[in-house]
Amino acid sequence: MDWSPLWISLATSATATAITFLAGLGAAAWRERRTGPAMAVVDGVCLLPLVLPPTVVGFLLLLVFGRNGPVGKLLLSFDTTVVFSWPATVIAASVVAFPLMYVSSRAALEQVSPNLLEAARTLGASEWRVFREVALPLAWPGILAGTVLSFARALGEFGATLMLAGNIPGRTETIPIAIYFAVEADDFRRAVAWCTADIAISLVLLGGLFYWTRVQARMRGAGAAR
Amino acid sequence: MSLEIHIEKKLPEFSLQVNFTSSGGPLSILGASGAGKTMLLRSIAGLERPDRGRIALNGRVLLDSAAGIDIPARERRIGLLFQDYALFPHRTAEENIAFGLRMFPHEEQRRRAASAMQQMHIAGLGHRYPRELSGGEQQRLALARALATEPEALLLDEPLSALDTHLRSRMEAQLQETFAAFPRPTLLVTHSIEEAYRLGRELLVLSRGRVAAMGAKEEIFRHPPSLEVARLTGCKNFSSARAISENSLDAADWGCRLRIAGSFDKPPAHVGIRAHHIEFVESSHADANENILPCWLARTSETPFRITLYLRLKNDPNAAEVSLLQAEVLKRDWETFRGRPFPWHVRLAPDSLLLLPE
Repeated sequence: MDWSPLWISLATSATATAITFLAGLGAAAWRERRTGPAMAVVDGVCLLPLVLPPTVVGFLLLLVFGRNGPVGKLLLSFDTTVVFSWPATVIAASVVAFPLMYVSSRAALEQVSPNLLEAARTLGASEWRVFREVALPLAWPGILAGTVLSFARALGEFGATLMLAGNIPGRTETIPIAIYFAVEADDFRRAVAWCTADIAISLVLLGGLFYWTRVQARMRGAGAAR
Repeated sequence: MSLEIHIEKKLPEFSLQVNFTSSGGPLSILGASGAGKTMLLRSIAGLERPDRGRIALNGRVLLDSAAGIDIPARERRIGLLFQDYALFPHRTAEENIAFGLRMFPHEEQRRRAASAMQQMHIAGLGHRYPRELSGGEQQRLALARALATEPEALLLDEPLSALDTHLRSRMEAQLQETFAAFPRPTLLVTHSIEEAYRLGRELLVLSRGRVAAMGAKEEIFRHPPSLEVARLTGCKNFSSARAISENSLDAADWGCRLRIAGSFDKPPAHVGIRAHHIEFVESSHADANENILPCWLARTSETPFRITLYLRLKNDPNAAEVSLLQAEVLKRDWETFRGRPFPWHVRLAPDSLLLLPE
């Protein structure tokens, strides 16, 4: 059996999660300090990939990264292209997972008491230290949950990936795409095998998240009881 | 050592307009909730930006809107004690204090943290997390953290409001000790008259964003400059007043004429008397003395050692609640006259009257 879809899926999801973690957390931290009507637009744009059909996201990505798109043209001038390559799977997965990271990070940062951040400032801390040593550790549970959700979403990505990266076995064929084409080709055993693999990975992820939140809750409970 | 404040900031309900100079020694800022007290402290600490103004601390300009100077909170070197202490829950007591000591090497941070905890009588609790400390210990830790950075001024926002009565008096003693050892400008915001009086050397009364009075606390309590200040410093009894000679006035709401001590500086618009300044006198003296009024008991309200008597000045059971005179006496004293027949007689001593110009 060809195991490449597993490795491609894991590598794509891991890379996309790393990108989404930085971009989503960065955007949330940037957004956290601002107010005003323009911010509603920012929120809307950041959440768009969550509500749009993946095919629409995939099509928009094609417009941007395709031969005639702004980024596509730029890359062509360096004699390279991302469409139908492994990086395309990462781009598609990052874009669809981004809203989950953004929303989770925002919620987590918002519940950190502003008093604590202000206390840190009166104690002489720079904005970076306030974020790094106060906001981030206190928001960490929510941020970590967002990271796990982003990984799960990246792992399940199908529509946008298919449109931007296609189905090239050994290069862009992730598990969901392998399942679709197995069914298409009446290869029932292959479809079942990959479905089983996907369910197993998802259960491990969810189990890990559940266990970890219970540990957190127990630690907080012990603290509150004093 | 001085803190100069001139700030203006528009708030939803009113605008904060405050000008004063504090020259070391604790200054109590007294005001009702929503008078702008917390906003004032936050503006000084650099957590809020006033619309206009100038703030200078020991000659160092922290804010000058005309010159475009606005030093960020982290460089102001002002210790701020938050009402809820704002201790970092994910750091131990020692790490909380060390947070403000980043400029020192690690060993020096530990040494300073230990010494700060020693001074606040929480030595040995350095390894505990804030949630593992009692309310009083948390407060001491917050104070230790603020003072360890050697701030040039100390601001305290309702420092005792979150503590129960027993802890409050102990913390009050701690604060007095701390203030005595900290010769720099110290501002303490409170809505408790007793706290403001006991902890401050000077008093500033804030009302709807304006300084209603500022000066020596004894002077403000003895001669409040306005009806508002009299009320905010705890006076309960007021009547409108009109001068009828150079040393007597007509108190319309009380329906009587009163002699005052000395003569008027300014024509009074109101006259007030504090509840504990009302004296109860024997009926037989009633005709011989002045400023003596007959009264009837409407109702009472007790605390463990004192009692507040609500008195009607006319024998009319339907008298409006607002016209009742409130007198506060020790229960021990009350026992001596509670059995007397009505009407009782109260004396509003001339030198206890608060004369309040418009």
